[in-house]
Amino acid sequence: MEALIANITELLSDNTIFNMQTLGYYGQGLATTVQLVFLALVIGLVLAVPLAIGRGSKRKWIKLPIFFYTYVFRGTPLLVQLYLIYYGVVFVEGIQDTWLWLILEKPFYPALIAFTLNTAAYTTEIFHGAIKATPRGEIEAARAYGMSWGLMMRRIVLPSAFRRALPSYGNEVIFMLHASAIASVVTIMDLTGAARFVYARYYAPFEAFLFVAAIYLCLTFAILFLFRFLEKRLLAHLKPASQ
Amino acid sequence: MAVTPIPLEVRNIKKRFGDTEVLKGLSLQAHKGDVITLIGASGSGKSTFLRCMNLLEQPNEGDLIVHGEEIRFKETRHGREPADWKQVVRMRAKLSMVFQNFNLWAHMTLLENVIEAPVHVLGKSKKEAVEHARALLERVGLAERADYYPAQMSGGQQQRGAIARALAMDPEVMLFDEPTSALDPELVGDVLKVMRDLAEEGRTMIVVTHEMAFARDVSSQVIYLHQGVVEEAGPPAEVLGNPRSERLKQFLAPKH
Repeated sequence: MEALIANITELLSDNTIFNMQTLGYYGQGLATTVQLVFLALVIGLVLAVPLAIGRGSKRKWIKLPIFFYTYVFRGTPLLVQLYLIYYGVVFVEGIQDTWLWLILEKPFYPALIAFTLNTAAYTTEIFHGAIKATPRGEIEAARAYGMSWGLMMRRIVLPSAFRRALPSYGNEVIFMLHASAIASVVTIMDLTGAARFVYARYYAPFEAFLFVAAIYLCLTFAILFLFRFLEKRLLAHLKPASQ
Repeated sequence: MAVTPIPLEVRNIKKRFGDTEVLKGLSLQAHKGDVITLIGASGSGKSTFLRCMNLLEQPNEGDLIVHGEEIRFKETRHGREPADWKQVVRMRAKLSMVFQNFNLWAHMTLLENVIEAPVHVLGKSKKEAVEHARALLERVGLAERADYYPAQMSGGQQQRGAIARALAMDPEVMLFDEPTSALDPELVGDVLKVMRDLAEEGRTMIVVTHEMAFARDVSSQVIYLHQGVVEEAGPPAEVLGNPRSERLKQFLAPKH
């Protein structure tokens, strides 16, 4: 480990911008970005599954509020949503006296809430579309074989819909990663935040932002790779046999 | 003497779609070992009738008795509905259906398709279900296709797989909804052969079909439907060999 650090230090010796300190900022930024995006995606996914089922309900009082929610969150800029939550939450009467304030006063959590609500809205629509596209015959077969609604959802409709949704959901994950760059405007030191900091200190826009762009690119490829792998495994049933 | 309940009995089934009455009071009794074929022109209501038997369609009137248990209905704002869905689920598990378009679950392999309902609906152990499924696949000639997905099989293979899936439930009655209509002509034979074997071993079957040879050779009773009414019914020799009504004569006449 020490040898590695010595190596890097030597490599950076005639470099004024990328020193151990700025690389440390980038490293922390990477950790923050990954944390933020990962948490938002996981919570968003957990929220989106029941919402997507409810979105297709026959009952208006279930269906309409969910539609309204996804419509609003997909119809407005993420940055505006982030501002509303980050700046707006202070004005909620009495919130500063509750334990919630301990969480909300740090910028990380308002950003997490905004990202989560945003990705949940998009994911709900993706899953809703995929659930709606379940072949009617497969649903009829499930009913004819004595499955209850819950069992049919769990065993037939959702597994089939998740597979269908996989390519679109992969895009949503990438979109979320890129959108997370706006976290830096509410003072979060994510990847972009780190780049802005380095830029401001050295006044070197190309070095600062090209470097961070390269990191985003690597992350994007990693996600693409992961989804390619998942599709290969989970969408095998759609490929005709090579006989 | 213990009376064994009739596997399936339906009485006076009526079904309306909007203002059109498509089933005008149909009844049927399937005793053990019966093979009942429903024939008729398209639009005669034969498929709808079959789908009323496992409540994929809700009949507006009429009774349904599965293995001696009468299905209870209640009136709601949206029309008549089963009063107890648990009862319906239990009843459906006793009637397995084979569909015109196979309707295998596309994201599961053939073997997974066959064990799905026995494991998750009937609560069989997976090991037992797999053993049974393999035997059934062997029987319908698909032993080597167990790990294939439906999209990787021909229509005839999918339909034989669907029959294996139906058999895996050990059903009281098997319902066939035009099982060969979506198949290429050269694939029909394999499926019919499996169905003939089932009839021979004494399975209770209700079959909607256009295959007159099958109806003639295999069934114990043929029912000819016209516009939601039973026009003629009886043993095949009578109904198909000696049709009384003009309409049935025309229906049976060779088409050019």
